[in-house]
Amino acid sequence: MKRSGFSFLARPQFAALIAVLFINWLLFPGFFDITWQDGRLFGSLIDVLNRGAPVAILAIGMTAVIATKGVDLSVGAVMAISGAVAASLVVGGTASWIAVLAALGIGLACGLWNGMLVTVLDMQPIIATLVLMVAGRGLAQLITEGSIVTFSDPLLIFIGTGSFLGFPMPVVIAFVLLVGSTLAVRRTALGLLIEAVGVNRSAARFAGITSGALLLLVYAFAGFCAAVSGLIVAGDIRGADANNSGLWLELDAILAVVIGGTSLLGGRFSIPMSVLGAMIIQAMNTGILISGFSPEFNLVVKSGVIILILVLQSPLAARLFSRGHARPEPATAPRTTP
Amino acid sequence: MPNIPRDGLEPVLRARKITKIFGRHRALDDVDFDIYGGEVHALLGENGAGKSTLIKILTGAYQPDEGEILLAGQPVSFRDPLQAQAKGIGTVYQEVNLLPNRSVAENLFLGHQPTRFGIVQRKAIEAKARDVLATYGLEIDVRAELGSYSVAVQQVVAIARAVELSGKVLVLDEPTASLDHNEVRKMFEVVERLKARGLAIVFITHFLDQVFEIADRVTVLRNGRKVGTENLADVTATDVVRMMLGKDIAFGHQPTRIGEAETGPARVEFTDLGKSGKVAPFSLTLHEGEVVGVAGLLGSGRTEMARLMFGVDAADSGRVRVGGKPVTISNPSQAVAAGFGFCPEDRKIDGIFGDLSVRENIIIALQAKLGWFKALNRDEQIEIAGRFAEALDIRAASHDMPVKLLSGGNQQKVILARWLAIDPGFLILDEPTRGIDVGAHAEIVRTINRLREDGLALLVISSELDEVVAYSNRVVVMRDREMVAELTGEDISPAVIVNAIAENKTRSAS
Repeated sequence: MKRSGFSFLARPQFAALIAVLFINWLLFPGFFDITWQDGRLFGSLIDVLNRGAPVAILAIGMTAVIATKGVDLSVGAVMAISGAVAASLVVGGTASWIAVLAALGIGLACGLWNGMLVTVLDMQPIIATLVLMVAGRGLAQLITEGSIVTFSDPLLIFIGTGSFLGFPMPVVIAFVLLVGSTLAVRRTALGLLIEAVGVNRSAARFAGITSGALLLLVYAFAGFCAAVSGLIVAGDIRGADANNSGLWLELDAILAVVIGGTSLLGGRFSIPMSVLGAMIIQAMNTGILISGFSPEFNLVVKSGVIILILVLQSPLAARLFSRGHARPEPATAPRTTP
Repeated sequence: MPNIPRDGLEPVLRARKITKIFGRHRALDDVDFDIYGGEVHALLGENGAGKSTLIKILTGAYQPDEGEILLAGQPVSFRDPLQAQAKGIGTVYQEVNLLPNRSVAENLFLGHQPTRFGIVQRKAIEAKARDVLATYGLEIDVRAELGSYSVAVQQVVAIARAVELSGKVLVLDEPTASLDHNEVRKMFEVVERLKARGLAIVFITHFLDQVFEIADRVTVLRNGRKVGTENLADVTATDVVRMMLGKDIAFGHQPTRIGEAETGPARVEFTDLGKSGKVAPFSLTLHEGEVVGVAGLLGSGRTEMARLMFGVDAADSGRVRVGGKPVTISNPSQAVAAGFGFCPEDRKIDGIFGDLSVRENIIIALQAKLGWFKALNRDEQIEIAGRFAEALDIRAASHDMPVKLLSGGNQQKVILARWLAIDPGFLILDEPTRGIDVGAHAEIVRTINRLREDGLALLVISSELDEVVAYSNRVVVMRDREMVAELTGEDISPAVIVNAIAENKTRSAS
């Protein structure tokens, strides 16, 4: 596939990630140190990947939703539901693999519900998913009966804190989802059809695209990704916290997608770029934590960097940029996003 | 420069050696254009000739890559349309760019309201608005919402606004496209008044007869180059068309009947298809190698009929058979699966995917038909897009450029290519020549005839009776959401069709 090359390395987002990592290194000289211990990798970089994985996974699902000109505000709440379902099932004595499947199934169901509201009832996505954003967290609290359900189930704990080939499980899971979903949209016609629906839903209908089924699929996938994230977060703290699991993470996920360059107006999208966006966000979070600044700075610095990245992506910057550089050959400058 | 109308006078606006390049495509190449006070200068050209690019440069929306613009002899450069407006160049577009829910007076002076101590003087504005509009022969209630008036009145308000704000050069970009005959007359009276006031008026239109009626000179562009500027008194319509096309087209006012060819077996049969409130049940059979023209006034149910056939609106009665076999068509996806194609009337809203590439726009229906998992790979896409773009002579610098950068006529051909790519048995064209200039008209008509020869069944909806007559084997007439006549043979003539529509008009009036 010609278009899924490494052209993203030339994007401003990649430069931004390098810059953030470099600043982290200035603040904390040991930042790039990676050690091998007890059969797995340790170090700040690995931390960034590991801590960024839940948002990266949300962003993977969110990208396709936003590409259809939609948005999913409920993913944070679905994380809480997924964790709550898995935790209460294993605490109640259910086999852990069934608990995991049940949590993923509930996530899919939540996504299908959102997709139903958007396609069948033709609700605006922001309103449709707001319903589950609010109701979902309540649902999670009902499942956990208001307390934090702790567990010691090995499979759930492995999902949150285990390792595979030296990498933390969350990183491995995020990587598998990234590669799998990118291949799924670009090796099939799904990517093009999703973009067509996002660019012009009416024209998509006239062209014979069944946008209803596509939208259902896209929202269901976002729900599934949220459930995976929910399992990771629960496994990490060995408990389901319905109040805080995934709180506000839907906003980080949307931000990651936007930083990655997918427009909220729908159309062209790139899942790897969204994951890169999630990594930029996490690299800043980690940098501020390890540099010893108080976490309050985090929000301010984060917004500053985000404004900078968004300005770099704006049409104005594109004009300034293209003035100083030779224009790429139009014939070979189609979609440069993978 | 032949034929400068006023000897020794300096042109109000002169563009010299203008070149504009998009990517590798020269949209304008070394074009000269000038206009004098008190003249109407028509700008003509096929789609993609460079008319809109030239206008955008004159009005500051684009900056030229080479060349200069002289305003009253002085070189100027406009950063944006506002600056051009401030220096005297006003523009009025086909779609009125005003606020329909504000009053006429407010629209006239929006952003330039006379104020006292920062407070808008409503009474003063209204009085001034009445005075201004009176000079255009327009006496209306300026306090009423603009949207409550006809498009023609709104158009005049837009012109008045442009003239009040600018006052030297007025660019009219297809101002008559959505006006009826009487409204065009009124519009021309306004233009004559402005001309008498010494304004320089650039007039862009697709209607040749209007050019000869109102304009003094004409400049013709073709493929980004200037073909020439002529005094209209010295040339004929045929001369101008020849300049525009660079070739003689076999398409004139005397329509030639070429729709008599033998047709094949039935391709699609619609029986009692209807939807209450949209179209009364109708029956129509289309044969292989047959073009059925649909005539009727706007709102007669022409488009609604096509939407039912294609499943855009689900029918509540009737049956459909394709090649003799019954099929269910309750959405466009099923229609595409049955081998139907539909080029909708509103390209922008229902047709093109503006941000997607020309290539993707061409293969999208085929891909939708193949389904999610049988993806056309990039090489297949390039091959298919290339084949149909060549067959239809689609002019694009690259098939990877967004389709929204193409001219209207080329966009229309892209949508046609999209349907030809699924190898359809039945194709619906809703106003295929609307908003397209005369050269592309002839090309689309030729394409329709070629598709018929290839054995397609076509349903073509058009307001251009000459065209309907030229390509139809049969003509059905729609009126008041009902199919009221089916014409064949000798009856297919503009006179009979107009009669069929009018007859029914009188019947409905009684």
